[in-house]
Amino acid sequence: MTQTARSLDRIFRAESGPVLATLIRILGDFQLAEDALQDAFTAALETWSKDGLPASPGAWLTTTARRKAVDRLRHLRIVEARRSELALSIRLDQEAHGSQDELEVSPVPEDQLRLIFTCCHLALSRGAQVALTVRTLGGLSIAEIARAFLVNEATVAQRVARAKQKIARAHIPYEIPDRDSLAPRLDAVLSVLYLVFNEGYLATSRGPLVRGDLVADALRLARGLSALLPDEPEPMGLLALMLLHDSRREARVSDEGDLVLLDDQDRTKWKRPQIEEGAQLVEKALRMGRPGPYQIQGAIAAVHAEAATAADTDWRQIAVLYNQLLRYERTPVIELNRAVAVSFAESPVEALRLLEGVERAGALEHYAPFHLARADMFRRLARSDEARESYRRALQFASNDQVRRFIERRLNGADVESRAKGLV
Amino acid sequence: MKYALLIYAAERDWAQKSKEEQGRIYNEYMAYSVELKKSGKLLSCEPLDPTSTATTIRVRNGKTVPTDGPFAETKEQLGGIYVVDVKDLNEAMAWASKIPDARTGSIEIRPLMNVPEM
Repeated sequence: MTQTARSLDRIFRAESGPVLATLIRILGDFQLAEDALQDAFTAALETWSKDGLPASPGAWLTTTARRKAVDRLRHLRIVEARRSELALSIRLDQEAHGSQDELEVSPVPEDQLRLIFTCCHLALSRGAQVALTVRTLGGLSIAEIARAFLVNEATVAQRVARAKQKIARAHIPYEIPDRDSLAPRLDAVLSVLYLVFNEGYLATSRGPLVRGDLVADALRLARGLSALLPDEPEPMGLLALMLLHDSRREARVSDEGDLVLLDDQDRTKWKRPQIEEGAQLVEKALRMGRPGPYQIQGAIAAVHAEAATAADTDWRQIAVLYNQLLRYERTPVIELNRAVAVSFAESPVEALRLLEGVERAGALEHYAPFHLARADMFRRLARSDEARESYRRALQFASNDQVRRFIERRLNGADVESRAKGLV
Repeated sequence: MKYALLIYAAERDWAQKSKEEQGRIYNEYMAYSVELKKSGKLLSCEPLDPTSTATTIRVRNGKTVPTDGPFAETKEQLGGIYVVDVKDLNEAMAWASKIPDARTGSIEIRPLMNVPEM
C-alpha cells in the first residue's frame, strides 16, 4: 500500500461507523446505506488523491453517499412501493434540513447510538449482534471478523446478511430505546461491547493486528456510549473496566509470549494515565448511586490497579466487592474469584470452604482456573499432595499453551518443594 | 363455521426452485386466493416472511425472553393466531409478551409478507 492509500484506509476506517450510522437514518435501509458508502469511498479515492483531503471527510462522505444512494435508487431493481418509500425517506430528510440536494450533511453522533441499539436488538442472536456491531460500527471486514472470532468467513457473511435482512423485513426500529425499555436493551449493548473487548484482550494466540483493532473498537464504542448516555452509570463502569484491564496489556505477556499472572507482573509497565482515568470513572459512576455489575467489576479492577505491589492489594475490599457482584450475577466463576480474594483477606482454609459448594455442583470441573486456584491455596497451606493433584487437573483442562507452561513450571516447583520437605 | 387453513412447507425447497417455477407457484397461489375471495368464503389470507425473520417470545418469571429465530420445539402445538398492525417489532414483541400462553409456551412473531393487493 502506498502512503496515501494507507492514510485513506485509516480515514475510511475511522469514518465508516459514524457515516454509516447517519446514512442508515437518512436512507432507512441498511443495505442501501452500505452500498452507497462503498460508492462514496470509491469516489473519495479518486477525488482526494487528486485534490487533497476535504475539510471534513465525514461530511464529504455522507453527502456523496447520499447522492450516490439517489443514483442507485433510480437503477435498483426493487418493488416500486419500496422505491418510493426510500425516496420519501431521503426527501423528508432534505426537507427537515431545509436543503437542496447538494447541501452538506454531517454524521450525527446520536445516530451511532441508534445504530448500536439496532445492531444489539434483543430479537437478534448474540452472534449476530456481535458480528453486526463490529462490521458496521467498528468497520471491520468480514475476513477480519472471521479471523478475530475464529469463525469461517462464509458463516460471518451469512450471519451479517441475515441480520440485516431481519432488521429490514421484521422492522426492527432504528431508534434509541425510551426510558421504560432502556435497561434490558442497554444490558445487551454492554454485553456485546465487553465480549468484543475480551475477544481482543484475552485471545493471545491470534494476530496482534486484529486483536488490537477489537480492543480499540470496543474502547471507542464504550467511550461514545458513555458520552451519549451521561446519566447512565453502567456504560461508564464498562469503559472504566476496559481501560483498567487494557492498562496492563504490556505486562500480562512476557517477552517469551508467556502469560504473566497479576501477582508477577512488572507494575512499572502498567499505563498509569489509563489507570487514573479508569479509577476516576469508576468513582464518578458509583457516586450516581445506582451500582451495577460493570461498575463493581471496574471497582475491583481499580483496587488491583492502585496497589503498588501485589502484596499491597486490598483483598478485604476486593472480597466485599465480589460479594456485591454475586448479588447481580451468581455464577460459579464469580464465586471462584470471591474465594480467591477471601483466601488472601482471611485464609485459604476459609476460601476452600467457600468453594465446597462449587466443587460439589461440578460446574467448574473442566475449568482450569478453578483447579489452579485451589492448587495455589493448598500450596500456601503446605498441603503438597493436594496441591499437586489440583495442578495436574488444571493441566488436564488448560486449553492454552501459555497456561500449560505456567502450570508445568508450578508443578515442577511444587515437586521441588515437597522433595525438599522430604529431605528435612 | 370458521376454520384456519395453516400452510406448512419446506422453505429450503422453495429457495432451490428456479425463478420460473417460483413464478408458476406464485401465480397458482394468486389464482387460488382470487377464487376463494370470489366465493365469498375468505376472511383473510396472509403469506408470511421466511423464518429467518422470526422472533420467539417467552415470558418466564415475569421477564420477557426474546430468541432470534422461529419456534422450534415440538412438545407444544399451534393454538391460535393474532394478526396485529403495529408500528414496529418492539411493539409486536410487547403485545406478544402479554399473551397468556407466553408465560408457559412460546409466541412466534413473523412479519406478514409485503404483497400487492389482489
